[in-house]
Amino acid sequence: VIVDLSRFLRQQHTVWESLDGELRRYETDRLFRPALEDSLRLFDLYERCVADLGHLQEASQPELTAYLSSIVARAYAQIHSHQGRRRFKPKQWLFETLPNTFRARIRPFLLALLLTAVGCGLGATLMGVDKNARQTLMPFQGLLNDPAKRVQQEENAHGKELSGVKATFSATLMANNVKVAIFALACGMTFGFGTILILLGNGIMLGAVVFDYVHAGEAQFLLGWLLPHGVVEIPAILVAGQAGLLLASALIGWHSRQRRSERLRSVAGDVTTLAAGAMAMLIWAGIVEAYVSQYHQPVLPYSVKIIFGVVELVALTVYFSRAGRKTAHSSQERFG
Amino acid sequence: MNARRDRLIIRLPEGVTFSHTLAGPVSRVSAFMIDLCVIGLLTTLEGYATSLVNALNKDLGGALYILCYFLIYVGYGIACEYWWHGQTLGKWLLGLRVVDLSGLELRFSQVALRNLLRPVDMLPFFGLAGGVTIFFNLRNQRLGDIAGGTVVIRSIAHGRTDISALTRGRYNTLRQQTVLCARLRQKVSPELAALATEALFRRNEFDAASRLLLFYELAMHFKALADIPEADIESLSPEQLVRNVVEVLSLRISEQELPPPLRRQGSAPAPL
Repeated sequence: VIVDLSRFLRQQHTVWESLDGELRRYETDRLFRPALEDSLRLFDLYERCVADLGHLQEASQPELTAYLSSIVARAYAQIHSHQGRRRFKPKQWLFETLPNTFRARIRPFLLALLLTAVGCGLGATLMGVDKNARQTLMPFQGLLNDPAKRVQQEENAHGKELSGVKATFSATLMANNVKVAIFALACGMTFGFGTILILLGNGIMLGAVVFDYVHAGEAQFLLGWLLPHGVVEIPAILVAGQAGLLLASALIGWHSRQRRSERLRSVAGDVTTLAAGAMAMLIWAGIVEAYVSQYHQPVLPYSVKIIFGVVELVALTVYFSRAGRKTAHSSQERFG
Repeated sequence: MNARRDRLIIRLPEGVTFSHTLAGPVSRVSAFMIDLCVIGLLTTLEGYATSLVNALNKDLGGALYILCYFLIYVGYGIACEYWWHGQTLGKWLLGLRVVDLSGLELRFSQVALRNLLRPVDMLPFFGLAGGVTIFFNLRNQRLGDIAGGTVVIRSIAHGRTDISALTRGRYNTLRQQTVLCARLRQKVSPELAALATEALFRRNEFDAASRLLLFYELAMHFKALADIPEADIESLSPEQLVRNVVEVLSLRISEQELPPPLRRQGSAPAPL
């Protein structure tokens, strides 16, 4: 009990101000690494302020309590937060954290892959049953024409259709695809229903397009057109779906004794890492789609484009399956 | 940790609690509108900047415009909230702040998630999903906040009530009894102290009979609560006793004794 409030304040407010000053050092420089004596001093000041806060709360002093609470809250955040004070290292993130996170959370990726495959099968089946389904299943104007006619048009254009607007086209593709990826991730908060629908929908479109072109005997054009950017773009959407399904699984929490907030906290870093990975992949896919995929035979032989796509696919597979294995258990550069 | 509808209460391992006032939907929507205006302004400025590149290379200018527009739209909230300790310009203007649900330091992943999940909060139109979630959530969290483990709080400065006008000119006999003063501070809740202060400020709004009854009941309540000896208050009217109690409960110490952030001429309490 505080018997003499004035005396209490005279004695203690220098401690509060000292803690406030110490905290400013930590807050203004996120990379500030305190020495042991600095940490001990911060903890000592914090403990004394917490004790004072307890006394003040009993003394019916709302203004002083609010003031001291704000300092104690800041100190509590600094002392109890687990995140390290490290500079973000892009190289380490790219070659260790992202592939390690991908492998650690492989189950939702496999589910995303399965959903897309089911969608593909469904799209192909629907196209097989009803040729007129094209207008319903393919939302892009360019895909509604007869595949053979389109191939002829594209080959005759010699890649000049996008002359002078390739960079703009590439940026538009990146922005649109990243939007889709963010949406697939965000829909994880609908208990995964939204993400599942997006993955199925993408699969249906892909399956319908593949069926249409293969059925029309334009498989080579299709491979040459889709592989260079598709082998990165489609996995990027799958990775975004993986992040969304991971979020959904944390939200639902099957067989978990943790509270929902704890489950979500435990996946937040991985979801952000996967989302950033998907975005990086889509930037690459956007560049390739504008500068490689739009050129067809005779400007760029299909065989070259197909080989380019296969090389990308192999590189991507090796990257996600092998990169960062040595540091798999440390995973230091996660988006904490 | 425990929470009521309007407050987030965090219990420290030491057994002491502190609380944050949760921001309501109106102030949050207003802050979001301000942020949208800021984004609009930034993208307009970006349009002027890329028009310079446009003059040199139209294709490159167009690409830069699209990418920068997208970056501003997606990155504004993430960058501001991460580097500005949970605030955007809109939140700063309205005294709001994003904080961790457990009172810990905001992590990048939390800020990124709550901003990346905004599209699903906007579904199906005008942020209906987010609004409905805030309405039913005990901590006023939208879906992005739930995923990121964050809440939006009010971080406005705590105003001080000038009670000197109420007590000036009369010697407060209670103040010389430090033990009694301590007991009053211990027993009287902040809510009751605020109620008594309000009653004194609004005394002229009551008719005479109601005023007498109100202050009599308050005086009796304080007397019983803090066990005030009859001898100390026998010459005081009930209203004067309430005035003296309010003075004891309020900060009646010199400005020099206060921590600088709480001095009247000083700045507001340091924000969280």
